[in-house]
Amino acid sequence: MSDVALLSVRNLRIEAAAADAAGRAPLLADLSFDVAPGEFVAVVGESGSGKTLAARSILGLLPPGVRQAGGAISLQGQELSGLSQGELRRVRGRQVGMVFQEPMVSLNPALTIGKQLAEGLKLHERLGDAEIRSRCVEMLRRVRIADPEHCLSAYPHEFSGGMRQRIMLASVMLLKPRLLIADEPTTALDTISQREVMELMVELAREHGVAVLLITHDLGVVARYAQRVLVLEKGVTVETGATAQVLGAPAHPYTRRLVDSLPRRAANRSPRGPTPPILEVRNAAVDYPGKPGLLSRGAPKRVVSGVSLSVGAGEIVAVVGASGSGKTTLGRAALGLKPLAAGSIAFDGVDLARMDRDQRRRFRREAQLVFQDPFSSLDPRVRIGETVGACLRHDPDLSAAERRARVRQALEDVSLGGFEDRLPHQMSGGQRQRVAIARAVVSRPRLVVADEPVSALDMTIQLQVLTLFQALQAQYGFACLFITHDLGVVEQVADRVCVMSAGALVEEGPTDAVFDDPQHAYTQALLAATPSRMAAAAAGLA
Amino acid sequence: MPRLKPNAAIGAALVGLLLATILLGFVWTPYDPIAIDLDHPLAAPSAAHWFGADEFGRDVLSRAMLGARISAAIAAGVVAAAVSVGLMLGLVAGFVGGWLDRALMIVNDTVLAFPGILLALALMAVLGPSYGSLILALGVAYLPSIVRVVRAAVLSLREREFVEASRVAGDSGLYTMLRHVLPNALPPVVVLATSLFGWAILSESALSFLGVGVPPPAPTWGNMLSSARPYMERASWLSIAPGLCIALTLLGVNLLGDALRDWLDPRDDG
Repeated sequence: MSDVALLSVRNLRIEAAAADAAGRAPLLADLSFDVAPGEFVAVVGESGSGKTLAARSILGLLPPGVRQAGGAISLQGQELSGLSQGELRRVRGRQVGMVFQEPMVSLNPALTIGKQLAEGLKLHERLGDAEIRSRCVEMLRRVRIADPEHCLSAYPHEFSGGMRQRIMLASVMLLKPRLLIADEPTTALDTISQREVMELMVELAREHGVAVLLITHDLGVVARYAQRVLVLEKGVTVETGATAQVLGAPAHPYTRRLVDSLPRRAANRSPRGPTPPILEVRNAAVDYPGKPGLLSRGAPKRVVSGVSLSVGAGEIVAVVGASGSGKTTLGRAALGLKPLAAGSIAFDGVDLARMDRDQRRRFRREAQLVFQDPFSSLDPRVRIGETVGACLRHDPDLSAAERRARVRQALEDVSLGGFEDRLPHQMSGGQRQRVAIARAVVSRPRLVVADEPVSALDMTIQLQVLTLFQALQAQYGFACLFITHDLGVVEQVADRVCVMSAGALVEEGPTDAVFDDPQHAYTQALLAATPSRMAAAAAGLA
Repeated sequence: MPRLKPNAAIGAALVGLLLATILLGFVWTPYDPIAIDLDHPLAAPSAAHWFGADEFGRDVLSRAMLGARISAAIAAGVVAAAVSVGLMLGLVAGFVGGWLDRALMIVNDTVLAFPGILLALALMAVLGPSYGSLILALGVAYLPSIVRVVRAAVLSLREREFVEASRVAGDSGLYTMLRHVLPNALPPVVVLATSLFGWAILSESALSFLGVGVPPPAPTWGNMLSSARPYMERASWLSIAPGLCIALTLLGVNLLGDALRDWLDPRDDG
């Protein structure tokens, strides 16, 4: 490692540009750090910590309404903050590459992959078409895209999220930058693709001697890959140092909290005797309608096939799998939201398909759903009180006053007492997700399907929400089908685990048994790729 | 008390001016808007005729004041008809889906394929000239674009999780549609409706020009503009009053529409 820093940030200060922001705390205060050539540095923080702003300011890509109020950013001795847009454009791509969080939107859906890869090369280098093409193919092969020739003429929608992120990585690395900035590059991916992309990024960086500045909230990823780490809290650097040092012996209470919020195995959930099943899924299969053709629909696509499982009263059963494994569809089918192509699902002994009107009404009150995305699951125009009480309106035994009391109680249960008149946008992500949980428990359900209820949240918030969910489950004793891709979370909450892959159930058993002795190859791969387990191991906490 | 934004204030002032002009037109105009004065055809603007006089010597200002009433009433009627029916059809098509959606959209797209003005012309020929049939004809001509916009908004809203949440809560489809889908589909419709207001004023003038709109001698801004056209070189002032009226009204309606859209947005706290 050379002594001369590749990137040097000194006393960077970022403020909101609005006139009335003068008195407020800066979004990022007094940030200083160096990245040496070839070094892997991680910036860790939760939403609002300013970590993304820090990354964007390096390339002069601050969003409107935000400005750099002070400090210096230099790249190989060249000061960047005073550069014109034209001069910055020569730095972007050529010297500093950036990979964004959302692989679904960071590639242009209207252009072929080949065009998008060639764009940067054409801009920064003088090369013939044949040369450009061969370089692209070579790089695509390098990021393990099968059939790179075909890939060049394909469009982004033909690829999965993990593949798109690898293509994105290829397009950035083609220009051989000196520094790669990766802003939450794997957050939107499932566990196994996450690992593929990270490993590839590290390999490529090492090969080409590229330094990496990784922006993330995931300590697992940090522990595994970063040499140095910088922890941000609300725009202030609270701790910085070698990764093992910071995660192994956190000096600042905030870092301590972050490390503590890594999910870990619950201290022996008391084994429960067999309980009568509340949900019974038998040989269930779910189809998605085929693509509509010119005259007729294509053949339907089977996303869940031959799945059987049961959830006992008061039991928490986790369904684990990568994206596209059919786990979410299974959860929807369990609530009667997706029709079955074959098999049956019974709630409390009654087949969902054969329920009469009254049974269906009761089912709608007794089986609830907690959604993954707290920003999409609450109607932006409806006040919290109404949202939470929605399913009570259909309970003929409750008076209006009783309904209000139940809503108040449910909101207090999730520590949001008095939030009835708020609108969703006035709340944080964690608060919204607590509303989603209140909505699910307000009717005293017997079954809650929780679809990735914490994966959209920050680490410390994840822990809060998860703990809250567990407490409510213990208090009200509902059974739960807990759908997730994060095995760390499963370890913490579940009694039993079902592992799904490609629409089928590949392994099932008590949590401890599955974790200690995974039988199926897929389960083993999944366990090996789970970052929070790796982090816990790295921090000496396992 | 929310702070009034400057754009919203300008919009409100312009629309207020329009309403004041219309009201004033009921009780007073400088001259009789349809009184012919053949001694002073195409009189230039003067103290007597502020915006001049047309080819029959009729006072342009008086006619523009009366025209305000007719033009605004027709435009408002067209917008109200197209938006209310369009919302209903778009919601049903988008939310219910299936064969009903397909049937509605086939009819809708067929109508959309006709040039709006041609369709309105044909309808006017069938219905006969009257204010009612003018509103109906233009309303039908503009309906398909509203249905399209509403349906597109509904299709994306239908996939949002809060709509699914409403289903899990046991709400009926109708309730979900009216409580959760309709309010969230409104903003693009408001924007379209304000543009529609302007198109309606201009289309009415085209129909009048073709002789099936508002029959003369009743003035509208549109038919004033079209009758001013042959005298563009000799009496360019004839276009000034109606042109200015249309421009300012459209500006006002658009600014007010933007303000309305912002106000409908729950994230906007003023």
